[in-house]
Amino acid sequence: MGELSHLDELEAEAIYIIREVAAECEKPVMLYSIGKDSSVMLHLAMKAFYPEKPPFPFLHVNTTWKFKEMIEFRDRRAKELGIEMLEYINEEGVKQGINPFDHGAAYTDIMKTQALKQALDKYGFTAAFGGGRRDEEKSRAKERIFSFRNEHHAWDPKNQRPEMWKLYNSKINKKEEVRVFPLSNWTETDIWQYIRRENIEIPSLYFAKVRPVVYRDGNIIMVDDDRMKLLPGEKVEHKSVRFRTLGCYPLTGGCESTATTLDEIIDETLSAVSSERTTRVIDNEAAGSMERRKREGYF
Amino acid sequence: MSGLLKFITCGSVDDGKSTLIGHILYDSKLLYTDQEKALELDSKVGSRGGAIDYSLLLDGLMAEREQGITIDVAYRYFTTDKRSFIVADTPGHEEYTRNMAVGASFADLAVILIDAKQGVLVQTRRHARICSLMGIKYFVFAINKMDLVGYDEKRFREIEKQVEELTKELQLANVKLIPVSATEGDNVTKPSENIKWYQGETLLSYLENIDITEDDHEKGFYMPVQRVCRPDHTFRGFQGQIEDGQIHVGDEVTTLPSNETAKVKSIHVGDKESQVAKKGQPVTIQLDREVDVSRGCVLSVDASLLTASSITATLLWMDDEELRTGKNFFFKLGTKMIPAVVSSIEYAIDVNTGAKKEVSTLGKNEIAVCKITLADQIVVDEFKKHKTLGELILIDRITNMTSACGVVESIDTKEHGLYEGRIDRKVRAAMKGQKAVTVEFIKEGTIDRAFVEDVEKALSLQGRHTYLYAPTPNEDIDLVIKHLHRAGLVVLLLVDKKQADTITNKDEHYISDWNKTGLAANEVAKFIAKESAYSDIFVHERDYI
Repeated sequence: MGELSHLDELEAEAIYIIREVAAECEKPVMLYSIGKDSSVMLHLAMKAFYPEKPPFPFLHVNTTWKFKEMIEFRDRRAKELGIEMLEYINEEGVKQGINPFDHGAAYTDIMKTQALKQALDKYGFTAAFGGGRRDEEKSRAKERIFSFRNEHHAWDPKNQRPEMWKLYNSKINKKEEVRVFPLSNWTETDIWQYIRRENIEIPSLYFAKVRPVVYRDGNIIMVDDDRMKLLPGEKVEHKSVRFRTLGCYPLTGGCESTATTLDEIIDETLSAVSSERTTRVIDNEAAGSMERRKREGYF
Repeated sequence: MSGLLKFITCGSVDDGKSTLIGHILYDSKLLYTDQEKALELDSKVGSRGGAIDYSLLLDGLMAEREQGITIDVAYRYFTTDKRSFIVADTPGHEEYTRNMAVGASFADLAVILIDAKQGVLVQTRRHARICSLMGIKYFVFAINKMDLVGYDEKRFREIEKQVEELTKELQLANVKLIPVSATEGDNVTKPSENIKWYQGETLLSYLENIDITEDDHEKGFYMPVQRVCRPDHTFRGFQGQIEDGQIHVGDEVTTLPSNETAKVKSIHVGDKESQVAKKGQPVTIQLDREVDVSRGCVLSVDASLLTASSITATLLWMDDEELRTGKNFFFKLGTKMIPAVVSSIEYAIDVNTGAKKEVSTLGKNEIAVCKITLADQIVVDEFKKHKTLGELILIDRITNMTSACGVVESIDTKEHGLYEGRIDRKVRAAMKGQKAVTVEFIKEGTIDRAFVEDVEKALSLQGRHTYLYAPTPNEDIDLVIKHLHRAGLVVLLLVDKKQADTITNKDEHYISDWNKTGLAANEVAKFIAKESAYSDIFVHERDYI
């Protein structure tokens, strides 16, 4: 019998990590953000424990500004797979009317980072899986697979625990937690090829379709509902677009594309001229912005 | 196309590790245009006067970019026409050696950079030693900054001699030397016009072509159990990753440490049922009969595995706080986590010369051979025989820091007679209505054999099952006590002071300081009766680890 393929190796590594957490951590949760990476992570969790269901719940931190289709997809998948899907919304932020148009970085902090911390505190989770990959961004490239967070959910990049071989250290004191990244060593191409190989269902937002959009600051933003305020001079156009990452619709840039099949998407990805995070508006704010947010508790 | 190659770059500070990798990524057109633009932009404010500073591609933390150094290991992913690569770019500063070791534990091959002006430095030797310790078998010494020594072959040959000495000392196999300039790009991805005297491959082409597959000659199957899968009462499967060999439905496996045998009833690879599974695959294995197996146990076929509770290991100390002997840790090996004590530091190894040094403590980034005593028998083997069962970490029980990593050099084979069957300590404790403890009596003053016999008589009257053990010189007292403990007995150990000092395993079941107030025999018996009182607290494995 020959060696394992590249994808088989990545799959085995991720399943090993997911099982280690289930075996060693007191109260794990898997963060689910509905995107392609989450879809892969969910698929791996289903495989890791088969014929058992994953012995932990899934958590979606909802900013209330997600694409409508994402929420439908989330609820349907959870039902089909028979998994426990928790949703958390920072109601305080909703009351204050925090939105991505008026509040910029504060919006991300309040509706994502703070909401996540509140959710982890509310349920007392001691370990949280995230779908982050090291090829996404420079500070992620430095992060451990088991990434320790202090009682304020903060990351200390200058003092990470050594992580040797696959001997993961999940030990924590009260109120501390670990964030665990089973997809650390996957690249965007690996994710797509695995989705194709395993026939994993992903939201149709990834496939090109004619959608109502506006062009804003070099990004293509979809008008998903009537909360989208048009700026002077902007007009809604109908274009064939798709999304390389999914998030809050006002903050997620699409790209013009006619790729309607997985193979076409993979072709586009392989020949892509810009890395996927440029279509996320928040990462462009300032050099080191991701690291700063992670120190504050962001995934 | 060859398989995935995981490699690291290491070497001393400013030897140009990050620059080298940055250059490979840039030359190979492996950057997205926005990354390339960001790089060119960042370089304008950098130290290369507007020329591209390739290291900025790797140093991702704010503190790193501010200080112009690498603090932690960065992982980069790239694919050429011939191969996929994961490269871990590691820090050169001594202070961050542990982060370098993290990268080394992950890699199959090490690219060690040497500054042509400086030659082999202490840090070069340290890194080569750690790479070898962590199990790396393939080495490339990239003699960098050849442009700064006028591409001089004589200088290269001098360094080649130094590397040969190091290679001999560390017994490195598979060593390759390549003269390069990471900033100018000589022999990085393209053959150098400036180094005509070197006819070999460029660095990238060498990495693309090297074959790192091990010769897989009929190795025995083994799998450390990660968890037991029990969706309902009809299914009980053991989940884990196969570390070596293969397994078929119908094969007879041995369970360790319980040492039972059973046949494989079914195999799942992930969620698919299969007749066979091989090394590296995540599986769920059902056996045809009930066996005593839980997380931390190992399933094996012809792997000749052993169990032991004391080992000798080479440790890399990684904590800011010093290691002192007698310190208690959580010990993790394979999927097993148990309490352990570093019972002695045999000797430290000078990273520069390799000389053995006698030490009483071990500081950060030092390497030493230590003896470790474990709280229980675990399945363990020498690193060079069964890699996964020879890799370990020590976790501080208070700070939870990963304080050390290490590899098992030898296991204490004296103990192989120790097996605990289904009638284990818990069962015996329940049957006898007592907890097994050892009470140490040191011969001095009124404490003599007659006194202990009085104590034993009083204990017997209270229904305790006892054993008076007065070892003769040269007996392995630790081992005998372990056997008596397994029999569930209250051991009255009568020794002299010298013998008492040789006993290493003085855990919570070992009582030595009962006689501060000079109690009479029946008072001592009362005290021991209390200490050995049976409590039917079920020890859940979670509490145990």
